[in-house]
Amino acid sequence: MPTLTLIQAVNDGLHTSMKEDPSVHVFGEDVAKKGGVFLATENLETEFGTERCFNTPLSEDGIIGTAIGMAMNGLRPVAEIQFQDFIFPAFDQIVSEAAKLRYRSGGQYTAPMVIRTPYGGGIRGGLYHSQSGEAYFCHTPGLKVVIPSTPYDAKGLLIASIADPDPVLFLEPKALYRSVKGEVPEGHYTVDLSTTRDVREGGDVTVFCYGAMVPVCTKAAESAAEGGIETHVVDLRTLLPLDEEAVLDAVKRTGRVVVVHEAPRFCGFGAEISAMIAEHAIEYMEAPVIRVTGFDTPFPNTLEHHYMPDHRRVLDAIEHVYNF
Amino acid sequence: MKATEPLQVIDSKGGVNGYDPGLSEDELMHCYRTMLAVRAFDAICLKLQRSGRIGFSIPNEGIEATQVGAASAMKKTDWIFPSYRDFGMALYHGVKPVDMMHNMFGNASDNSRGRQMPVHFTFVEPIKFVSISSPIGTHLPQAVGAAFAAQRRGEDMVALCSFGDGGTSSLGFHSALNFAGVWKAPVVFLCQNNGWAISCPAEEQTASDGFAIKADAYGMPGVVVDGNDLLAVRKAVVEATEAARAGKGPTLIEAKTFRMGGHSTSDDPSGYVPKEVFDEWRKKDPIKRFETYLAASGLWTPEKRAELEKEVDAEVSAAAKDAQAVGPPPLETVFSDVYAEIPAHIRAQGQAAFDLATRKGDAQSGGGEFPL
Repeated sequence: MPTLTLIQAVNDGLHTSMKEDPSVHVFGEDVAKKGGVFLATENLETEFGTERCFNTPLSEDGIIGTAIGMAMNGLRPVAEIQFQDFIFPAFDQIVSEAAKLRYRSGGQYTAPMVIRTPYGGGIRGGLYHSQSGEAYFCHTPGLKVVIPSTPYDAKGLLIASIADPDPVLFLEPKALYRSVKGEVPEGHYTVDLSTTRDVREGGDVTVFCYGAMVPVCTKAAESAAEGGIETHVVDLRTLLPLDEEAVLDAVKRTGRVVVVHEAPRFCGFGAEISAMIAEHAIEYMEAPVIRVTGFDTPFPNTLEHHYMPDHRRVLDAIEHVYNF
Repeated sequence: MKATEPLQVIDSKGGVNGYDPGLSEDELMHCYRTMLAVRAFDAICLKLQRSGRIGFSIPNEGIEATQVGAASAMKKTDWIFPSYRDFGMALYHGVKPVDMMHNMFGNASDNSRGRQMPVHFTFVEPIKFVSISSPIGTHLPQAVGAAFAAQRRGEDMVALCSFGDGGTSSLGFHSALNFAGVWKAPVVFLCQNNGWAISCPAEEQTASDGFAIKADAYGMPGVVVDGNDLLAVRKAVVEATEAARAGKGPTLIEAKTFRMGGHSTSDDPSGYVPKEVFDEWRKKDPIKRFETYLAASGLWTPEKRAELEKEVDAEVSAAAKDAQAVGPPPLETVFSDVYAEIPAHIRAQGQAAFDLATRKGDAQSGGGEFPL
C-alpha cells in the first residue's frame, strides 16, 4: 500500500472520484496548470483536461454560486477556495443558498457539491491564512462539515463527500498537508461521514479534537501516559452532522473531558460539546469540561505558536481534569 | 438612436412596422391571457392579504409584459431563475394557479411544504422555475452555473435570469456577469428596471447611464428595451437566446418598466413615488399596449377582454378557494428535507416537538409521520 502525505491523499481522492464519475468537475483559483497553491489538484488538468479541471475568475462568491447552479443541473462540482480565510464573500451562497436549497424547494432542487478549502494555522500565515472558521458553518442546518486528520481519512472522506447528496464543506488542515504520512489504499474506498475515529484508547480522560489538533492531542496523551494517565483521544472528523452518540459514549467512559480546537473559544465547537455533555451526561462527570483553544483574538503571525494549542497546553488540561 | 433609447416594437397605433413576432394567434392570445391572469392573481392575493388570510404578497401590475414577453422566448427545456416578481413566467409556461395558491397559503399541498414565504415559488414542471430566494442577487451566479453545466453536456438549454434594478448592486450581479462573460455561458440576464428598489430610486443604485451599459465591461451585448412592450421584450430575449444557443454567450437586457404598486403588500409607495409618476406610467399600461397590437391584428375587442377576465378570475378564485381549504403542513415537514437523510440530532428534535405537541393536545401537530 502506498504511503502518502495528506495532500497527496487529497489529490488521490480527487483523481479517484473524477475517474469514477464524469460529472465530477474541479475548479477554483489556480487549480488547473499550477495545480493549486498547495498542489492539491496537481496533474488533474493534464489527466482530465480543462473541461473537468479549470481555473475561475478570482471571486469566491462566483465560484460557489456557479457551483450551486452546476450541482442543481447534474454536475458534481468540487470547488476549491484557496484559503478558508477567503471564503466569506461566498458565505451567503453557502449559508443562504447551498444549505437551504433542498429545504426551501421541498427537495425539488438540491446542491450536491463539495467545497474544499485549507484551514488552520501553523504555516506563519497571519490573520488571513490561518483561521479556523468551522463554527460559523456548523451553525448551518443543511450543510455538512468534514475535517480529516490523516491521509487515509482525507481520501476516504473526500470520496464519500463527493458522492454525498448534500453540500459538504471539506476543511483541510493545511498544517498537516505535508507533515503527516500514512498508508492509503489505491483506488476507491470511502470513510463514512458522521463517524468518529478512536485515535488512542484510554480509560482516564477523554480528549475530543479534529484536524491539526489530532497529532497535538496524541502527543499530549502519550506524555500523560508516561505520568500514568490513560487518555482516550477521539478524532471527530465530521463536525456536522456530529455522531453525538459516539461522543456521549466516550464521555461516559471517563467522565473527564478535554475539548481541543484552534478556533477561538467563545461560541466555538468546544462550547457545543460542553453543552451536549451538560444536557445529556452531567451525571457521569467527575470534573468540569476543559476547553483548550485558540484565544479570543484574531490569529497572530509571529507568535502563532502561543495562539495555537500545543501538546503542553493539552497535557496541562488532561492533568487538570484528571486531578480535579 | 441613442444607445439608451429603449427598443420598441408596438407603436402608438398598434402597428409593428413589419416585425414578425413568430407567434401563432393562439400563442399571442395566450400571452394576453397570461397577463390578465397575473393581474387577477395579484388582485385576489391583495384581497386575501388585506383580509388576513395570507400574510404577504408581491404585486406585479405594470410588469406583466416584461415577464410574459421574456417567458414567451423560452423553451420548455430552458431554465428560469426568477426574482420574486416574475410568476407570470411560470403561468405562461403552464404552471397552474392552484399550485401557486398552495404556496401563498403555505399549506400541506404547497410543493415547498409551507417552508417559504408566499410568492417564493418552486417548480420543476412544466419548466424549471428555480426556487426563489429572498437574498438579492444570489441566483445570478447559480444561473451561470446551471447554464455552464448544460453547455458542458451539450444540452440545448438557456438560463433566463431575472432581477431588478436594485439587484445590479449586488455581489452576485458582478460575479455572475463576469463568470458568464469569461465562460460564454448561455445566459440571458434580464434586469427589470422598474425604477425603484423598494423606496430607493435607480439613481441611488448606480451612477452609470442606465444598467444595460454595464454589459460592456463584461464583454457581452447590452440591450435596452421598453419593458411595457411585450413584443419588444420578446424580440430582445429571442435574439439573446439565439445568440446563447449559437455559443455566442450571454446578453444583458434592461427592460424599462414601472411597478404600479408597492414593493409588497407591506409597502406603501405613495410615501416615496410622486403621484405624477404613477399617472404617467398608467398611460403606458402594458396590457393596453398589447391590446392595440391585437386589435390592429383583428384579434381583440373589449368583449374579448371581458370574457377572458371572467375566465381567469374564475380560475384564480377557484384556486384560492381550493388552497384555502387545505390545512397546514404536518409537523414532520419542519424536520425533513434539511438533508437527504434525517440525521439523528434532527430526528430527536422532531420527536421531542411531536411528543410535546401530543401532550399539549395540539391536534394539528399530530398529523405528521413520527417517528421520522
